[in-house]
Amino acid sequence: MRRKTLAGLLAGVGFTIAGVASASAEELTIFWAEWDPANYLQELVNEYAAESGDTITVETTPWPDFQTKAFTEFNAKGDAYDMVVGDSQWLGAGSTGGHYVDLTDFFNEHKLAEVMAPATVKYYAEYPANSGKYWAIPLEGDAVGWAYRKDWFEDPKEKEAFKAKYGYELAVPEDFKQLRDIAEFFYRPDEKRYGIAIYTQTTYDALAMGFENALFSYGGELGDYSNYKVEGIVNSPVAVEALEMYKELYKFTPPNWGNTFFQEDNQAITEGLAAMSMNYFAFFPSLLNEATNPNAKVTGFFANPKGPTGEQFAALGGQGISIVTYSKKQEASKKFLEWFIKDSTQKRWAELGGYTASQAVLKSPEFQNATPYNKAFYETMFKVKDFWAVPEYAELLTQLNNRLGPYVVGDKGTAKEALDGLAKDWTETFTKYGRYAN
Amino acid sequence: MAMAAMTRLDPQSRAAARGWSDLSIRNLFILPTLAFLIVFNIFPLIYSLGYSFTDFRASTNAPANFIGLKNYRDLLGDEFIWNNFVVTAKYVLVSVAGQVLVGFGIALLLNRAFPFKGLVTTLLLLPMMMSMAVVGLFWKLLYDPSWGIINYIFRLGDFAWLSNRDAALYAVAITDIWMWSPFVMLLSLAGLSAVPKHLYEAAAIDRAGKWYTFRRITLPLVAPILLIAIIFRTMEAFKTFDLAYIMSSQDTTELISIKLYKMAFQEWQTGKSSALAYIVLIMVLAITNIYVKYLNRVKER
Repeated sequence: MRRKTLAGLLAGVGFTIAGVASASAEELTIFWAEWDPANYLQELVNEYAAESGDTITVETTPWPDFQTKAFTEFNAKGDAYDMVVGDSQWLGAGSTGGHYVDLTDFFNEHKLAEVMAPATVKYYAEYPANSGKYWAIPLEGDAVGWAYRKDWFEDPKEKEAFKAKYGYELAVPEDFKQLRDIAEFFYRPDEKRYGIAIYTQTTYDALAMGFENALFSYGGELGDYSNYKVEGIVNSPVAVEALEMYKELYKFTPPNWGNTFFQEDNQAITEGLAAMSMNYFAFFPSLLNEATNPNAKVTGFFANPKGPTGEQFAALGGQGISIVTYSKKQEASKKFLEWFIKDSTQKRWAELGGYTASQAVLKSPEFQNATPYNKAFYETMFKVKDFWAVPEYAELLTQLNNRLGPYVVGDKGTAKEALDGLAKDWTETFTKYGRYAN
Repeated sequence: MAMAAMTRLDPQSRAAARGWSDLSIRNLFILPTLAFLIVFNIFPLIYSLGYSFTDFRASTNAPANFIGLKNYRDLLGDEFIWNNFVVTAKYVLVSVAGQVLVGFGIALLLNRAFPFKGLVTTLLLLPMMMSMAVVGLFWKLLYDPSWGIINYIFRLGDFAWLSNRDAALYAVAITDIWMWSPFVMLLSLAGLSAVPKHLYEAAAIDRAGKWYTFRRITLPLVAPILLIAIIFRTMEAFKTFDLAYIMSSQDTTELISIKLYKMAFQEWQTGKSSALAYIVLIMVLAITNIYVKYLNRVKER
């Protein structure tokens, strides 16, 4: 009896040792949302597996569930995910909540602040702003750009009619005024053709993203990110003008456009509904694919246009990759990140369809000429701005949706009233979280 | 009293031979359920009541501070929360009224002998057996302005049911009516078939009109069971989440449960959302109580 137990024990010890010996081959899990870039990432990490022996699975969930699922896991201190490709707004919640591993040393050691495009470092990695503390490695650069119907724009008859009506050539719009004119020009409900597709959904950050494109180019800001002042900034005269413009654009959208985000805006092009459509660069590869877009050959792209004063910015999308504090495989995860930031990996990442944030790759002619939108992407990535990344960002988004949604889609009140209300709400929220305490 | 009502353990049984008493067997059956209820219902209920007086956020590791009734004060003074309640009230009213009208109407039609009655009744019950999420997704397709069959049949062109701010809530309510009218129908049918036939015969002899018979005989006798259907449907409609969440997401269709979900799991305002959940709970209890009082009065008649 006793001998049997001993043998069992020994066997157990043996297995444990064997387990430790093979621990060099880890199984890692990266959590991301369900979209094309996640598939590209899976392809990329398969190559890492071949090299290192560590297998990595990219686990995904649909966008609407992504935030909830990730934070449910974090809050429970679960180790289901070793790394997460979290939205840029999560940085505050991820870092102050203790969910993300501090990557400052890693960042400095590899001089990532110089390797990656400045905007991606600022918005995907650093929190709080200008603190020099980093929580993520920029993984998927993204911003909002525009797709348009080249064939409609280049039709000589349309060109002539446009010039007669507006007094200048029909071409890719340079500023928001031209954008508006072209949208109006192509708005022909009786022909089932419409001018423009924009984001209007009032859940999560759809409407915020859409409005930001107008706001930032008009020279407006959501507030002062260093001292949380919003009164007089988010409701400044230029912000009001930008919001009025955004509502104006809504007039020229296809019917059924009061509840739209990237999916619908993609359909606006694939189904031949709209002349121009706002969307994340991440969705443009599928617009060039003839299997997913029958109009692929006649689809062109341009960067978010300038505002009235000539300023030009765009809303930032995209994500950085962070190591989850509760992961038991942090060292293996770091090893993977070291591989990921190599120039050769970044180049491969771009080839697979990912949007690298590496300056060297972005600036290379090879990258810029690889697709019709890469150049617009490169230009955009150096002039992007983002939403608040504070832990209470979700509340700020809800308040923005509450105030701006009824105005843009529902015709309620004025732009000034909507933004004044928003400034009041945001000030209250920041007060609640003691942002003005010091 | 309760002990006396219990059947005695057979002295010949194996349980008795093992020395188990009635009491221990009873406890054996009840205790697991009780433990389950305490762990999964009572404990969270009390725990969340505690949270509702704090500023706790599950997404941070900051400690929860006691802030008294501030959450309740903030919620009840928030115009957007009131808007959620107005939306919910509209939805409950339209959807329950619709279900009672349609369900009771169909029950009246079915309450007679005709061939294949069983089959027809079963077929009519089908919508109720589907999952809410699936129904929501299907109706989203039916309502689609480009290829949806509803606009095609009613020649509505490209009227956008689900993104039209005024129509969306009613579109969701119509779906709910479609799905749950059979439930009201089923209960009404049970009530209708229990009405004694001799009452109708007596009414016929007295030459009572159809409307009079319906109002004075059918309705009062079916009322208690119809009220039970209404109680169930009101509670359910008040809590509706999936259907509205799947079909449309805008401020005019944001029911209180959707707001609650967003506050709890998107904004992670755990304390405040606990408070909102309590407000909703109290409202549902109050409404149900009014119904139950009324039900008892109807029964006494």
